[in-house]
Amino acid sequence: MFTALTNPEIARYSRHLLLPEIGVAGQLRLKNARVLIVGTGGLGAPLALYLAAAGVGTLGLVDFDFVEESNLQRQIIHSVRDVGRPKVASASDRIKAINPHIKVITHDTTLTGKNALEILRDYEVVADGTDNFQTRYLVNDACAMLGIPNVYGSIFQFEGQSSVFYAKEGPCYRCLFPEPPPPGLVPSCAEGGVLGVLPGIIGTIQATEVIKLIVGGKTPHAALPVGETEPDGGKPLIGRLLLFDAWRMQFRELKLTKDPRCPLCGENRTITGLIDYEQFCGLKKPETEKPVAKITATELKARLDRGDPLQIIDTREPHERAIVKFPTAKIIPLGQMTRRMNELDPAIDAVFICKIGQRSIFAIRALERAHYAGKMFNLQDGINAWAREVDKSLPTY
Amino acid sequence: MAITLLIPTALRSFTDRQSEVEVAAATVGDAVKALGAKYPDLNAHLFDDHGELRSFINLFVGDRKIEKPDGLTQPLADGETVMLVPAIAGGKPINNSQLKINN
Ligand SMILES: [Zn+2]
Repeated sequence: MFTALTNPEIARYSRHLLLPEIGVAGQLRLKNARVLIVGTGGLGAPLALYLAAAGVGTLGLVDFDFVEESNLQRQIIHSVRDVGRPKVASASDRIKAINPHIKVITHDTTLTGKNALEILRDYEVVADGTDNFQTRYLVNDACAMLGIPNVYGSIFQFEGQSSVFYAKEGPCYRCLFPEPPPPGLVPSCAEGGVLGVLPGIIGTIQATEVIKLIVGGKTPHAALPVGETEPDGGKPLIGRLLLFDAWRMQFRELKLTKDPRCPLCGENRTITGLIDYEQFCGLKKPETEKPVAKITATELKARLDRGDPLQIIDTREPHERAIVKFPTAKIIPLGQMTRRMNELDPAIDAVFICKIGQRSIFAIRALERAHYAGKMFNLQDGINAWAREVDKSLPTY
Repeated sequence: MAITLLIPTALRSFTDRQSEVEVAAATVGDAVKALGAKYPDLNAHLFDDHGELRSFINLFVGDRKIEKPDGLTQPLADGETVMLVPAIAGGKPINNSQLKINN
């Protein structure tokens, strides 16, 4: 059922109503639309703020996370006083302050294969602002199964990607990336960093696409009140991948086509229900290779105090040493490890360190593949653990 | 033939931070192999244990996606550009409990 715009709404949305492409019909569609934003972080923040301001009638928010200090550099929906609060609660308060006319539904949970269809089926568009591959594939699959568009955005350092994956009309995320990278092979923003405004740009591109899909009647069950003319929804980002490089200030547009071999939306579909996405993303797969030997920060301190001969290899990027230095470490960034293998002494135990103990694992794996003969240990949880357990004067980052 | 590969930020720590790398190659597949030969630390990220290009990395020539594996034999003209487009996830590191099998 369409509810008409009230006079206060007409005043509020005047700048939309003046656009012939939106007009009263488009604004009514926005008012009656239900959009789910998955993740209320860097991408979810501008998505939620702009969709709320634009008058999307019902906004759903999914996030299980809590606001942290390090979020505030880019997640502009949260404030200093929100640190420690659930992100959906903080985001919901902010949305209501921006637009009291709309309804917010919070889902304070992790989206999983068990609850996703139940949650998503109440919405007509999903905006994917997730920060991990499990949820990305889950959102993609669930949207294709429910026949709703998935407005995609992803960011790393200075680069962003955006597209609209709508299996009814074009390719899905699996058509582009059939399988996720093995765990840890692609660095995360927690290790590689991200320009704070980047999610602002990509998230607002996503918000633009959400609005166009709704106004243009591209979403399922998009009815139009009697007597209204069909608005022009423009050209959606379906079948196109937009790449953005903030540091070069460059946009590129790539063509995407449906992959006939896609297991989800192709000719011979093998995925007919949601699966276990942690397993799919290799997070549960039993490893056949032998585990990497580890050492805790406290154990490392004890060995250093005993005067054990050790070589400590800092695998971080050179500029990270300006944040916090590890005493007596040799600097070999992960990206140069095998090339500089001859700088290591296989007769002496080597301890590999990084920020949180993940790149160092890859350094060890790379040296194993290169048949390095010495003993190797991974500093568990990285230099951040050293700062927490051993030298509390050091910062964590 | 001189081919330029465009390197995404996610892989630049393996190419001495270079965003463009020039190699000599006659096909798309050869260009990527030459890139791995130039930066051996990148190899594990480009190719799986069977030497196949990993499925989370797409290659584009112009605005067209190279379909694997057939498209890898596509010939390249001198001066052409191959862009690597990896899947990126953003935010969260995988937590160590999820990595514990490896750790
Ligand atoms: Zn597909």
